[in-house]
Parts: sequence; C-alpha cells; structure tokens
Amino acid sequence: MSKKLLLDKINVEGIKTFEVYRREGGYKSVKKALQMKPGDIVEEVKKSGLRGRGGAGFPTGMKWSFLAKPEGIARYLVCNADESEPGTFKDRYLMEFIPHLLIEGMIVSSFALGSNVSYIYIRGEYDWITDILQTAIDEAKQNGFLGKNILGSGFDCELYLHRGAGAYICGEETALLESLEGKRGLPRIKPPFPAVKGVWGCPTVVNNVETIAAIVPIINDGGEAYSKIGVGKSTGTKLISACGNINKQGVYEIDMTLSVEEFIYSDEYCGGIANGKRLKACIPGGSSVPILPANLLLKTAKGETRLMNYESLSDGGFATGSMMGSGGFIVLDEDQCVVRNTLTLARFYHHESCGQCSPCREGSGWMEKILHKIEYGKGEMKDIDLLWDIQRKIEGNTICPLGDAAAWPVAAAIRHFRDEFEWHILNPEECLKRNYGLAHYADAIENSVIS
Amino acid sequence: MPDEQKLFKVTIDNITIDVPAGTSILNAARMIGGEVAPPAMCYYSKLEGSGGKCRTCLVEVAAGSTADPRPMPKLVASCRTNVMDGMVVKNITSEKVIDARKGVVEFLLINHPLDCPVCDQAGECYLQDLGYEHGAVQTRYEFKRRTFVREDIGRYIQLHMTRCILCYRCVYVANQLTDHRVHGILDRGDCSDISTYISKAIENDFSGNMIDVCPVGALTDRTFRFKNRVWFLKPMDAHRDCDKCCGKVTLWNRGDEVYRVTARKDEWGEVQSDENGKAMWICNTCRFDKKNTSDWIIEKPTSINRHSVISANHYEVKVMPDDPLDKLLNGREPLLLMNIHEASQVNQQDVHLDELPGPATYETFNGEPFSTGHNVTDIKESLGVNTQGTDSTNPNTP
Repeated sequence: MSKKLLLDKINVEGIKTFEVYRREGGYKSVKKALQMKPGDIVEEVKKSGLRGRGGAGFPTGMKWSFLAKPEGIARYLVCNADESEPGTFKDRYLMEFIPHLLIEGMIVSSFALGSNVSYIYIRGEYDWITDILQTAIDEAKQNGFLGKNILGSGFDCELYLHRGAGAYICGEETALLESLEGKRGLPRIKPPFPAVKGVWGCPTVVNNVETIAAIVPIINDGGEAYSKIGVGKSTGTKLISACGNINKQGVYEIDMTLSVEEFIYSDEYCGGIANGKRLKACIPGGSSVPILPANLLLKTAKGETRLMNYESLSDGGFATGSMMGSGGFIVLDEDQCVVRNTLTLARFYHHESCGQCSPCREGSGWMEKILHKIEYGKGEMKDIDLLWDIQRKIEGNTICPLGDAAAWPVAAAIRHFRDEFEWHILNPEECLKRNYGLAHYADAIENSVIS
Repeated sequence: MPDEQKLFKVTIDNITIDVPAGTSILNAARMIGGEVAPPAMCYYSKLEGSGGKCRTCLVEVAAGSTADPRPMPKLVASCRTNVMDGMVVKNITSEKVIDARKGVVEFLLINHPLDCPVCDQAGECYLQDLGYEHGAVQTRYEFKRRTFVREDIGRYIQLHMTRCILCYRCVYVANQLTDHRVHGILDRGDCSDISTYISKAIENDFSGNMIDVCPVGALTDRTFRFKNRVWFLKPMDAHRDCDKCCGKVTLWNRGDEVYRVTARKDEWGEVQSDENGKAMWICNTCRFDKKNTSDWIIEKPTSINRHSVISANHYEVKVMPDDPLDKLLNGREPLLLMNIHEASQVNQQDVHLDELPGPATYETFNGEPFSTGHNVTDIKESLGVNTQGTDSTNPNTP
C-alpha cells in the first residue's frame, strides 16, 4: 500500500463538509502558509519537484516563478477543472468527494501568487460538482478562510466558480481564459504566455485541479518530503483514472515507482483484465497520448520494466513509448478493435476542434472520414498512407496542442497496429462481423508474469 | 524622446536585413520582398490581432537569436512571431516549410468548392494563387465537400460560406472599422459558419471593406456579382471628395462604364496606406453608389504589381515620355507660349483680334480706321496706294 496524500481521507464519512474536513486536519496548510512569505511557498513548490498534472507535466514551481509581477496590476490564479479528455476523470473524483482539498489548495496557491481573485473554471457537464464546490466555497467563506482578511493575516481572496459550456477546447489554458472572459473559447496565439498576459491582460497562472490539491501536502509536510516520494523527476503521487476492460475501474492514487504491470494486474489497483481475457493495448495517459501494444506497455524497447511515471512512460519517444498525460488509463482487451477505437477518438477530436486554424479544422474531419471508411470495410491500402500523411501535416503546425492530440492517436495506431488496418482493408466483409483479435501481440502478453 | 529605434539583424533565406525591434518575421520578409515573403491568407497588417490562423506563413526558425541560437522546435507562424536580433529564418530554403505549406494548402482546399469558373473572385483570389504555387495537381480528398446556403447579408454583400477559409479578417474589419459588429463565427470546428445572428442585415458605412479583405470569394459585392470578369476590367486610380472616407479608390472600368469600385491595394493585396500610414478604407457610398465616371476624378491607370491574370494583358509598366520643356526654358520664365498677342510688346493690346474682319496687319496697330476691303489690294486701294487698280487678288501688287 503506497502512501496516499490526496485521497487518504476520502473514505471518512462526511469529508465533504467543512466540519469533518477541518476535524481531519484540513485547512492546516492555510494557517501555515499565511505565516510564510509568498516567495518561500514558491520555493517550497520548486523544491517539491511537483509537475503539472493536467497533461504536459511542466514543473509547477517553475511556472509559478515565471509569473510576471508588474506594479499595480492584479494577478490571477485560475484552476483548470475543465477535465474533458476521454478516459480522464480524476479531477471529478477529487472535486466530488473531497472538495475542500481543492479550496484549500486554491487559498494557499492564491496567497503564494498574490492573487486576490481566483477562479475555478469547471467543465459544464459537471453540474452536480458545481453545486458541491459552491457549497464548499460558501462554507470556507463562512469560516473565514475566504474573503477579506483571511485568518487575520490581511490577505484577501475571493474564489469564484465559473462553469464552462461544454467545449473540450476550453481545457486548453488560453482558450479557457478567453472563455472565462466571456468570449468564444478559441486558443490564443502564444507568446505572450498567460504568465505575462493572461485573463484580462493580467499575469495569470493556470493549474490543473490535482496540481492545486497537491500544494496542500507540500505545504504541510514540506517540499523536501514531497520530493522524496516517487522517482527521479516524477515526484509525489499521481491520480490515475483507470477504465476500459479491467476488473476494477476507478481512480487510484499511485506512487510513481509502481510498474505498469503491477498497476494493471494487482488486486490493489485494476485487478487484471476483465473476464479473464488478455491485454491487447493501452492508452496510458488520456485519449491524446499514443496507444501502446501490450508488449511495449509492460516493457520498454530496452527490455526494462515500464513504470507509471513521466520518464518511464515516455521512454523510447513516440516510436516505442507514450506519455503520462493526464492519467487517463484506458485498457483494451483482446476483443477490442484498434481501428474502431481510433475512429472514436478521431470523431471526438473532429467534433471538438475549435476551427480556428486550418490544419486541425480540416484535417481532423478528414481523418475521421477515412477511418470510418476503413472501419466499415470500404478502405483501400492507400488510405493508410494518406492517414499517416495527414496526421504528419497536422502535428506541430497548429496554434494549440489539440492538433497534436488529434494526430498522435492516429499515428500511434498506424505505427503499432498497421497489420490490423490492413486486415480491415483486405477483409472488408469479415471485419464487419468480427474483430482482428490479438494476432502478433499474443506472445508478449502470455509471457508476462503477474508480480 | 527615445533615441534611435533599436534595429535587429535578421537573416531570412540567407538574405540579411536590419529591421526595427517588434517587427514580425513576415513583415521583415516583406521588406526583402519577392519570393522570400511567405504567403498569408489570414494576416492583414492593417487589422490588429489578425493572423496566426491559416498557417500558410509557417517558417522554420533555424536560430532563435544571437543570445540563444537554439532553433525553435516547431515551425512558427511568421505573421505572429517577432524577430529577435540575430535570428535565422528559413522560408523557401526549408524542405520542412515547403512540405508543411503544401499540407496547409491541401487542407484549405479539401472543403473548398473549386468553383472558380463561376466565382467573382477568380483572377484576384489569393487561394487560387496559393493553390497554383503550392498545391498538388490532384486532390486526395474523396468525400463530400462541406456546403452552405448562400446568404445575402445586407443590400450590398453576399456571403458564400462554402468558399470561406475562416481567416476571420471580416470579423476584425467589423470590430475595428464599424461601430457595431453584427456578424461573427457561429458553431465550431469545420462547421464554423460566418453569419449574422439571426440573418440580420449588415448596414454600416464601412461594411463594404469586408469584401476587400476577403482573400477568397466568400464575400462578394452584390452590385458587381456576375457583371464581368476582373481581367476584362481596367483599373484606374480615382478620387472624389467624400465626407466619410478618404475618397481615394480604384475604379474598375470597361469602356466608359464603371463596373465596381474598390479600395486601392498594395502589392500584398492589402488596402494602401496614405502618407500618414493610415489605411485608406473606403465608405459604402463611394464603393456602391458612385458608379458613374462623372462622379470621379480619374488620376491614372492603376499599376498592378501582382502576379495574376489582371496584370497579364494589362498596361503593367507605363513609361511617360520626357517633358522637354523645362530643359528648353533652362530656368527662364517665358511670357508667351499660348497668347502671343497679349505678351507682345509691339502690338497694341486693346485691339481685339477676334473682332477684325480679316487677318491683322501692321496697319491694324497703327490706329488707322479699318479698311473696307477684305484683301491686301482693297486695303491698299482704300489708302490710295494702288492707284492703277491692278490685280486686287495679288498681294504682291505694288
């Protein structure tokens, strides 16, 4: 049982309420932080080695220290709770069951960054969580943890909840800021970065829910202690939302020294593949990251055991690796069709493309149409190369990472499962009736030993 | 006063140029000109905030600056990336750029109707130019193209959304030139639709400029639609006194008839700036209502710099003959030229030549009464000179 920092109190009855949360040691970090200098808090976060939990994994302390601090201009902290990546639901879990942790993290982070008005931009579909969070904010305010002169320290902080309107693109930080300002959620062209010109032209820090929540244990126990958990540059604990063909779907808080194999097969976590089937493939970090076949998922190309952390999952680059991403762990068993899975993802990105820049707007729809053709037995061999060429021309040529996110799953599926695409094309009638199955991936999986 | 503006040295396609700090790569490349300048479908230097969307102007930055010579990992949109001192940029010398640009053109064209034969923009369409220059011969897109219903937005403009490439220029025009924007982007992704909400008319004195900034045939002039092909028209610079705008326009004539009026464009297809650097946008009255040659003072044929069918078959370069007069006069100020009589110091100026019954002679200016005769002989006779009464028709008669 690894150490839990975020979800350790999750099973305490009534932890949603302020009283219980406070009794269990909540809001301790606010008291501690208010006695520190804001700069020291940033240093502490830097020391902890905490990396952004939203997907990109950028060091949080570094991001905070980039925040411009011009005289007389307000600074803002915005929490990105627009969690819309297919397969990722860790923030929802956190906000739904332990909302005060986020509020506590927000207060401490706002103090560290000098933000007197902070926002939580929450996904529009999370309407019931909006109510939970609003209740938590109100409770915190009644108890003097928000509002004017928090705990007599002279620090004022107002926390506002802003509901999105259901666009995936608003999870991109600059699109989120546009949306927060009341405009169309279109990503801005960077530079300037939000740290210089963010919401309403003021310096802004945008952080993921889990990142903000992780500030609480960092302040309570110190950055030093936090950095000792995990391995290398992957410090602390990470929430993983596991779903797909596994026995126990759900959100798990893991120590980043855990191996992928143990995560999938051990009873503490996913509990193995459902219905006694075999593992075929896995998308380890949310829908945008490259899919990996079982053999490459459990072991890196060098033959080392793959661990659930930033470095190990991206070992081998995109050729033989993937990414930690946002921690949406999607498992596919032997009966799943990779072409169909890729089509589903392509359809999602086509639907969610904002339409601002041409490669993503036109290319994502084109890829979906070709994948649809292949999946329904109407594909031709040249379509595979065409798909490859389209994704290559989208990747890196767009304003925001949504273009990359649309291209990567398609690229990885072709890279690792080209034979399955070809089988679909060569067997147009059979592919409508049954799936390709495991084929060449079977060997690697049967050899893997459950530790 | 800030002392001399800081200059940055930037190298684009191996050509080095000094540009003021804060210049974008695209504008620096335009200063060099020619093929070095990347194509731009959405960037419009006169519209604040435009650019970055079409991705045709992507360039490779091989070295970020002298201070940090690392290359940029991705291709960057040159219209929205400012130069740094010592930056090295590759445009047409980079394989990656050419490849990416080809991809972008393909993306722009997959849902474009390619109805150039019936499109009013044909001949002056930037997508057409871009397609010829960077596009593939054949499309790889085999699905149904996206279509929209044509829509009249107001009395003057028709919107043909099917052709639109979503450059957002017209939205910026409405934001920055007109007092109240009533159109914008509806919906999302490749269903994005430029429209008014809901089917409102665009009534604004400067709304016509949306037609000028549209790089494709999505916004067309309803007073000109299907009237003529642009390459049959002769563009003329002309002006009139207008209380709303600068009144300086290009008339597109065929014979004496004015087919359409547009703002004056520079070589990048943008509206020209006046001597103060202000863009010469024109008002709807000038654009749509003044369609007679008599409304305008014509200055000269417009010179078309652009490589397009308009400039083919057109007086592209005019050479005016040298006027030798100044050289001849050599600084003197002559009194004569047009009116010898009035400039004469010999003739009597109170004699009006046009009142004379015949040609003037020296007698005319001697104060003698006019003779009754109509030729030299008659005059001589009346004066008693020709007493012999010789041939009156011969002026040589003694």
